[in-house]
Amino acid sequence: MNLLTDIFLAKAAFIGAVFAITLGIAAYSTYFERKIAAFMQDRIGPDRAGPFGILQPLADAVKMFMKEDFIPANSNKWLFIAGPCLSMLTALMTSAVVPFGDTVTVGGVTFDLQGIDVNIGILWVFGIVSLGVYGILIGGWASNNKYSLLGAIRAASQNISYELAMGMAIIAILLFTGSLSTKAIVEGQQNGHWNIFYQPLGFLIFIICAFAECNRTPFDLPECETELIGGYHTEYSSMKLGFYLFAEYINMFISGAVMATLYFGGYDYPGIDFVTAQFGSTVAGFVGMGALIGKALIFVFIFMWVRWTLPRFRYDQLMGLGWSGLIPLSMYNVVVTAFGILIGKPFTAGIVGFLLLIGGMVVYDQLFVKKKIA
Amino acid sequence: MKLSNRTKVMEQGEMTLAERMYLPAIVGGMATTLKHFFSKPVTIRYPEQQRYLGPIFRGHHILKKDSEGAERCTACGLCAVACPAEAISMVAEERKPGEEKLYREEKYAKVYEINMLRCIFCGLCEEACPKEAIFLRHDQMVPVFSSRDEVIYGKDKLVEHMDQRYLRDGWK
Ligand code: SF4
Ligand code: SF4
Repeated sequence: MNLLTDIFLAKAAFIGAVFAITLGIAAYSTYFERKIAAFMQDRIGPDRAGPFGILQPLADAVKMFMKEDFIPANSNKWLFIAGPCLSMLTALMTSAVVPFGDTVTVGGVTFDLQGIDVNIGILWVFGIVSLGVYGILIGGWASNNKYSLLGAIRAASQNISYELAMGMAIIAILLFTGSLSTKAIVEGQQNGHWNIFYQPLGFLIFIICAFAECNRTPFDLPECETELIGGYHTEYSSMKLGFYLFAEYINMFISGAVMATLYFGGYDYPGIDFVTAQFGSTVAGFVGMGALIGKALIFVFIFMWVRWTLPRFRYDQLMGLGWSGLIPLSMYNVVVTAFGILIGKPFTAGIVGFLLLIGGMVVYDQLFVKKKIA
Repeated sequence: MKLSNRTKVMEQGEMTLAERMYLPAIVGGMATTLKHFFSKPVTIRYPEQQRYLGPIFRGHHILKKDSEGAERCTACGLCAVACPAEAISMVAEERKPGEEKLYREEKYAKVYEINMLRCIFCGLCEEACPKEAIFLRHDQMVPVFSSRDEVIYGKDKLVEHMDQRYLRDGWK
């Protein structure tokens, strides 16, 4: 009984810490997004609030809270409130199954650095991510505004289209691991056997889909000033709008963490054996947590980097890429992976499959595609 | 007929394979932004850091004094006539005996006012002045004002102080 409460307390503390870290990182992502945008555009960026502007997220939060919280007269009031809450909720729930670190022992209690180790971990991520679109859809529909609705419909169809390819990319991972548990997936990649080396194509598909799922540029079509005003959050103001925007940053961080888990060895890092031998497994576990967060932050940077580089897709290009580009590619990837496992050489199969694909595309291009008139 | 030989024929044919895959172009674009990420910003933190705007920047007006400290302006009104914004107004006064140290000519401007809300900093007053009395400083701007009482600059704000004489770069 005593043990049970200890573990319970430890878990509660851990979940609280993950919650705080996620929120903190999301808040500071807004600051770093602006700083990165500024640096990429040869500017200085926000620097008024505190030294180097590091209090900017606080100022934003105060601004958001101080604004008038307006609910349009013809909207569906409860759904209008539920929309941003749902977005925030689903964004935060995904982190429950991300294994932040290996087992650690603190004060005699041994526990995993993971919210819950369920054997359907990856399915959980998928389920929650697909629920996330409800936040947008409900918000857009409840606003009773055609622009909001159009933005919400765009978001929904985009998410559904890209979830398919994303799922297919993950199936290839599941073929490797033979388990849906995120913990098992990470354990299968320890000591540098990261999935990225076996699944370069799968990772490419996954990261593109992650961009689409987070509604980030170049797939940020749900919001579009010229066509849709603010998209699904046109009618939102004050902290409700803040929740929507915040959820996007949380999603970014979490999808970075998921990508690190699935393809970059999770909490694995070079020299983990050395740290374990030198300082014990607890320290190694916490360093691993740092490694995972670091990897996730690198992905957050890539998200921002891409945002300030690329223009957005047109909507038909977006759909074309999703349905006729990524889904066939991911099917091909599944077949190649399965073949590699069948012959027992997954690494070679992954590389050969990738080269075959490029070769096949070049041949197809030479034979069938009309050339530019020189 | 060709006007120059620089005409470039743009033809939008089918995209090549690399172009259709987007990715090479994306990587190229990301390399460009990364290069800028590490390059020096071109903007500055304005009120704290200021740029040198050149020796002919037209900023705050100044009514010059001569080397003995007497005001040069003779209230001829040519600046007011030249001013396209009608920002200048003045009241002339005759110099009394004993005031030779203060005013260089027999007539001087008792009141000399520039309405900074009207002024467009064209510098025509400076061009028009026959006595080289009014100038637009290159090193100082008219500060931002927040109330209408502050917009009319009288002689108290315009006349040069002998301890901080204004010297334009080209005059040195
Ligand atoms: S700078 Fe131009 S607008 Fe201003 S006072 Fe002189 S003449 Fe008038
Ligand atoms: S500033 Fe020059 S132009 Fe204007 S009134 Fe005085 S002397 Fe005449």
